[in-house]
Formats: sequence, structure tokens, C-alpha cells
Amino acid sequence: MKRRDFLKTATSAAAGAMVSGPAIFSSAKADARSETLLIVSESGPNNLDIHGVGTNVPGYEVSWNCYDRLIGHEMKAGPGGVPYYDRDKFKPELAEDMTISDMSATFKLRKNAKFHDGTPVTAKDVKWSLDRSVSVGGFPTFQMSAGSLKKPEQFVIVDDHTVRVDFATKDRLTIPDLAVIVPCVINSELVKKNATEKDPWGLEYTKMQTAGGGAYKVTKWTAGTEVILERNDDWVSGPMPKIKRVIWRMVPQAGNRRALLERGDADMSYELPYKDFQEIKANGKLDVVSLPFSNGIQYIGMNVTKPPFDNPKVRQAVAYALPYQKIVDAVLFGLANPMFGASADKSTEVAWPQPTKYNTDMAKAKALLAEAGYPNGFETTISFDLGFAVVNEPLCILVQESLGQIGIKTTINKIPGANWRTELNKKEMPLYTNVFSGWLDYPEYFFYWCYHGDNSVFNTMSYKSPEMDKLINGARMAAATGDKAAYDADVKGFVDLAFNDLPRIPLYQPYVNVAMQKNISGYQYWFHRRLDYRALVKA
Amino acid sequence: MLSLIGKRLMFAIPSLIGVVIVTFLLTRALPGDPAAYFAGPSADKQAIEEIRKKLGLDKPLIEQFFRYTADLAKGDFGNSLTTGQPVATEIRNRLPASAELTLLGLMVSVMIAIPLGILAATRPGSWIDHLCRVTTTAGVSLPVFFTGLVLVYVFYFRLGWSPAPLGRLDVFVSTPPNVTGFYLIDSLIARDWEAFRSAFNQLILPTATLAIFSLAPIARMTRASMLAILSSDFVRTARASGLSPRAVIVTYAFRNAMLPVITTLSMTFSFLLGANVLVEKVFAWPGIGSYAVEALISSDFAPVQGFVLTMAVMYVLINLIIDILYGVIDPRVRLEG
Repeated sequence: MKRRDFLKTATSAAAGAMVSGPAIFSSAKADARSETLLIVSESGPNNLDIHGVGTNVPGYEVSWNCYDRLIGHEMKAGPGGVPYYDRDKFKPELAEDMTISDMSATFKLRKNAKFHDGTPVTAKDVKWSLDRSVSVGGFPTFQMSAGSLKKPEQFVIVDDHTVRVDFATKDRLTIPDLAVIVPCVINSELVKKNATEKDPWGLEYTKMQTAGGGAYKVTKWTAGTEVILERNDDWVSGPMPKIKRVIWRMVPQAGNRRALLERGDADMSYELPYKDFQEIKANGKLDVVSLPFSNGIQYIGMNVTKPPFDNPKVRQAVAYALPYQKIVDAVLFGLANPMFGASADKSTEVAWPQPTKYNTDMAKAKALLAEAGYPNGFETTISFDLGFAVVNEPLCILVQESLGQIGIKTTINKIPGANWRTELNKKEMPLYTNVFSGWLDYPEYFFYWCYHGDNSVFNTMSYKSPEMDKLINGARMAAATGDKAAYDADVKGFVDLAFNDLPRIPLYQPYVNVAMQKNISGYQYWFHRRLDYRALVKA
Repeated sequence: MLSLIGKRLMFAIPSLIGVVIVTFLLTRALPGDPAAYFAGPSADKQAIEEIRKKLGLDKPLIEQFFRYTADLAKGDFGNSLTTGQPVATEIRNRLPASAELTLLGLMVSVMIAIPLGILAATRPGSWIDHLCRVTTTAGVSLPVFFTGLVLVYVFYFRLGWSPAPLGRLDVFVSTPPNVTGFYLIDSLIARDWEAFRSAFNQLILPTATLAIFSLAPIARMTRASMLAILSSDFVRTARASGLSPRAVIVTYAFRNAMLPVITTLSMTFSFLLGANVLVEKVFAWPGIGSYAVEALISSDFAPVQGFVLTMAVMYVLINLIIDILYGVIDPRVRLEG
């Protein structure tokens, strides 16, 4: 081959590789485009049924949009005027009416409600679905028990279109717990037909397809690649959604998700790095919604059963040595609510989360550490979950650098996401960062999980204090009986105690960030932080 | 020939058994606890134990192993927990995606690398030799994800020539009916030109990324092996006999230089097939590599075992094909075989 020949073939090959411009849309496709919402996110569902074994968080989004629950929440104006679910106001969804009496709640179902396959929704389906949620075990059953919903006997069929839920005990969380994602209403006949002896609740069947009567139904699901949802045009449990079709694509590369948004190819995305959100916000081509996690806090935890962190003075010294503002600025690019540095004269509120009075004060930290008997510091490890390394890694490096200044030498221990839960359960890590947020937005719910001596997984510090338990139990009782004065006193009491004893140091309340095209409106914030397609509009 | 194939396959059996045992043990030795992972964020110890029982992870290791091999014998690779699908189905769906991309990448790479290598070898020290050196060095030194991201940035984000990096087809184009799993071929069979164009456009950037990366070993090997052959006696004789340079290089030298090139090709192919995870991640490509990595991250045993086993089988097959090709190219190998 001569040089000239080679060049000829090389250039023609190069030209051949470059021929095509962007795909040209036919007009039919342009119509489809305007009625279709294209969402891109990092990961997708592994199971379409929230009752399934190990259903992941993206799976919750499918369940939320494809199944109806008896009741939902009203919306109120949240921070920045964005619709935010109203914790205290419920609205009928599948039930057209709810009557709450002393020890039970009665729901009247919509008579014209149908499942996707056309069978009418009856009380039988509701009972079967609720029985299923308290019986399958694992996460759904656990979530139900958080609202004292534990036994199938609590769900009673009154007539074809009326269901009564009996309360096991008085518990303020029972009704809110009926509005979370888990107690969804499933087409019982359809699932029973596909159940097997080994799998009496038909979990294998609902894993792969939706069997509900919600506003959307899944028409195609390729695991790890895409989910396609179509609107259910016979839906009666709310105003007809505007979006006809939702295409949800998994794009693992964060930079590409951003490029897709900025080029206008994708309509919505979440799970972008904070820096990208900050830049997208600044350049103004897209709408960005940033809202605080309800009832959520990122914190530094310490194991209080072992030295040196069994000494409250050491824990306070750490609290004075943390680089709070740097974390918010450099790690989160300002997209977080500070949970530190309240002014010294501020009185404790009956609210959660609320900021502590700690601030970065190295002199004080050193003094406290000397007082505790560690004038030269000590060595320890700080652990974090690699699954959220975008935030956790720089955060831990800043903490490491800052603690080094008061003589506490830390080694960073990165734990793979798959292993994080196991490590938390062991309760052996001396120092770590983690985030917790509760679906139910009540201070006593958060404290019960995180500070109570019953020692749930999220009491990661193994903190036990009889006084704390008394206050938390007191607040739960007072909430159930409606004793406001006692409730307020107990909540203030446990917040104060938590900030004094300081088994964990609150850092900030994280934000959920969603970026979307300017022509998309109707985003609503929900406690589960996933998208509600029913309210979205594409202009 | 048949006896050769049979013999080769026989040799492969022990290594496959070894792979089954080793992957089984290795996945169990991973630090993660799948039960805790799949029990979800608010599970307590009891919930985790329930999940463990459901997954059969509470049984002794040896029982788990026998159950696993019994299922394997029936062609059942188990279920993936992260995607919720049977592993066999997933691999069947995803392997063609990876294979189509890798084969195409390799073809482009060969079309550029072999002429480049030959030209560099025939004119050592010339500008084309330097060009060969520079491109191959650049190709290996640039990490694939970086090349991929740069291509996406330039051709999609800046220039808008390339379609959105959203997998194998445009979002609004429907998949051609499945025959081979290769969208280019399937859409041709279905005479669906729109799907063909879309699949082709989606392939350009990831193919280019892979080609740039795999250019180096092939071009270097071609050049080195051509240089050795060109300085050998029979080439000198051929030249002295007055054969045209073209006949000397293509007919005599190149055919003899092909053996090591073929070996490199097979190694590059099997390496790319498993290792193009990053390309798959960048282009949201629903391939087998990203599948295995995601499974690994979540301690999801079944897909990891399925992936390693599939890869082992692929290696065996590729080696077999290479051995046969050797025989076709070089009669001496045939005699020995």
C-alpha cells in the first residue's frame, strides 16, 4: 500500500465515521415527545413491589405512582414556595371518606375505582393488601409496626366498600403510617391467581409487574436500563395526571446526566453531585429545586460504650473541633441547612431538626480535651459509607484535618455500601458519619429510632440513658393522648439532653436536589423524596 | 480437525469446574452481608435474619454449594437481587450488547491498526512510524472513560453531532424484534431503517472510544512482528528475486506475521468484553460489564458467579477459534495438532 493510498483510505474511513448528524424526528415523534417525560437517574428499581424482598429506593417511586393508598397528604407551600407535603393534613385517595373514632378508623372506598385490569376495587382487596404488608416480613412489616399496625386482625371488612382499621394501642403515628408507601392497595384476585404454595403472597409476580390501580402502570421494565410507565386513563382517585408517558432511563455517569439536561434531551434528573447542582443553579438555564430532607440529619456519631468517647467531655471537645462551615461550603456547596451555631441565648424549640449551639472553637476544644485527660489527644478511626462517597469522603477528610489540630489522629476507614449496614449493626465503629431521615416527620419518631435505649440499628452510638428513655416514652404517650404541655416539655427535654450528652453531633440537614427543564412544573416534595408523576406538567 | 476441537474442549472442563468452585468461594469471602443490604435502611436484626433465611444464606456453605451446582446443571444461574431478574436471562440480554460494541470496536481498530503497523514496519523511522508510535502511546495512556467523556463532551455536548449517550437506541425508537441480539443485524433483518440508523448513531462514539484504546496492542504487535519477518531470509530472497514490494509484503511477509497478531487480537477481544465496564458506564450501555460491577458492589452473588462463568466459557471458545485460525493460517500448526 502506498502512502497516498493509505491516506485516501484513512480519510474516507474517518469521514465515514462522522456522517450522521442528530437523529431527525418525524412529526409523530415530536408529539410523543411533548406528552412524554424523560427522567434520567443513576439507578433504577430492582423490584416493582415495595413489599418485595430487598426492594430498593427507586422501586419505591414505581410503587408510589402505580398503586393507590387509602389516604395521602395535602400539599402546603414549602421553602421557596415549592409544594411540600403537609404532615398533618390527610386527603382521601382510594378512600373517599375517613372517620376516626377513639380506637379505630373507618374508610369508605370510592365505588367507581378499578384496577388496571378493570376489576373493581373492593374492601376485600384492601384487607388482603394490608394483611400482606404486616405479614410478609422484612422492611414493609417493620414500617407498619412503627405505626402500631402489627396484626391482620386489625383490618376488618365492614361491607364491600368499607374497611375499618382497629388500633392496637393509642398511637399518633397510626394514621400517618397508613399514608406512607407501604400500605398500598393491590389487586388481590390477580395476585392470588399467580401466587404459588411457596410464595403465598405472590411476591414473585408483583416483582415483575404492577398489579394495582394507581395513576400509572409499568408497561416495560428493563432492569438497570429503563422503566416505561403509561398513564391509567381510568384513574379516579385524583385529578387526571397531565403526563401521558414517563420514560425513566438509568444513566450511571453524572456528567452525562448533566449534559443530557443542558442539551434539553432529558426533562428531569436527580442524584447529581452538589457541585453540578450549584453550577446549574447559577447558570439559570434549568430549574433547580433544593429542599431540606424532612426529619433528616447528617451527623458525626461516636460509640459511647468505649473509651475515649465514653467521656462526654471528649465528645464535646470533638463538637467544638468540627469544621462545620467548611463542610457546608466546600462539600455541599451551600445546599444544606446548618445544624450548628445557634446563638447562645436561643431557647430550645419543640421542633426537629434544630441546630445545636456548638461552633468551631479550637481553644475550647483543646481545653475540654485536656480536662477529659487527653491533653495530647489520641488515635482513632473515622468510618464512612462508600455508597455516598461524594459527600462522605470530603467530609471525613475535613474532619480528619480539623481533629488533627487538637491532637486527635484519625485514620479514614472506607466501608463499601453493601457492608455499611452490617457495620452499623455491630456497633463497634468508634467514630463515623452517617445520615438518618424518618418518613414520619415527628421528633419523637426520630428520637425513638436514634436515641432510645431499645437500641435500634440507628442508635448507632449504643447510647443508653434512662432519663432519655423516660422523655421519649413520655412524648409518645403525650402525643397519643393529646397532652400538649407534657409533650412540649418532653420534646424540649430530650433535645436538650441529646445536645448536652452529645452521643452524636448534628452537622446539617441535607437537601434533596432535582433539576428540570423550564417547561416542567408541578414538582412536589414528599417524605420519601421520590418523584410524584401525577402532579407533574410539561408545557 | 474434529479431534482437535474435542481435545481442546476436554481440556477446558477441569478449568471450568475450577472456576465454579473458586467464584463460589470468592463471592462468599466478600466482606459485605447481602442480607443486611437487602433488608433495607430501617431493618433491625430480626428483619435481617428473616431475609437471610429467605435467601438461603443461613444454610452451611457446603449445602449452599451443592444447591448452586444442582441449579447450574439445570441451566439456572439463580436470581439477581439488585435487578430482580434471573441471571441467565440478564446475561443473555446483555451479552449481545457488549459483544456488538466490542466486535465493532475491534473491527474499526483492526482496520486502522494493521495498515498502520505494516506501514510503520516498512518505513521504520519515517513520519508514519512516529505517527504509529504517538497514536498507540496516546491510545493506551488515555483511560477509556476519559476518552469516552471527551468524545461525549465534544461531539454531543458541544457540537451536537452525536445523539444523546443514552444506551443502544434513541429513547423514542422501538427495539427491533430480537433475532441475534445485535441491533444492527436485527434492524436489517426487520428492514427497520430508523432503528438501524439510530443503533448505528448510538454506536459511533462508544466504538471509537474502544477502538482508540485497543489500537495500541494491535498496531504495536503488527509492527514488531512485521519488522522481524521483513528482516528474515525468505523476504530477502523474495526481494532479490524481483518480486514487487506489494507481493513481498502482503503475500509473504504479512501472512507470516499474522500469528502473533491473531493472538493479540483474541486477548484484546476477551479483555475488552469484560473490561469495557467504563465505556458502558459512560454511554449508559446495558452491557455485561456494568452488570457485573453493580452486582459486585451490592454483594449480589448470583450475577457475579454467572458473569465469571460466562467469561470463562467465552475464553475457552475464543481460544478454540484462535487455535483453528492458526491452523488455517499456518499449515505447520495443523501438522502438529
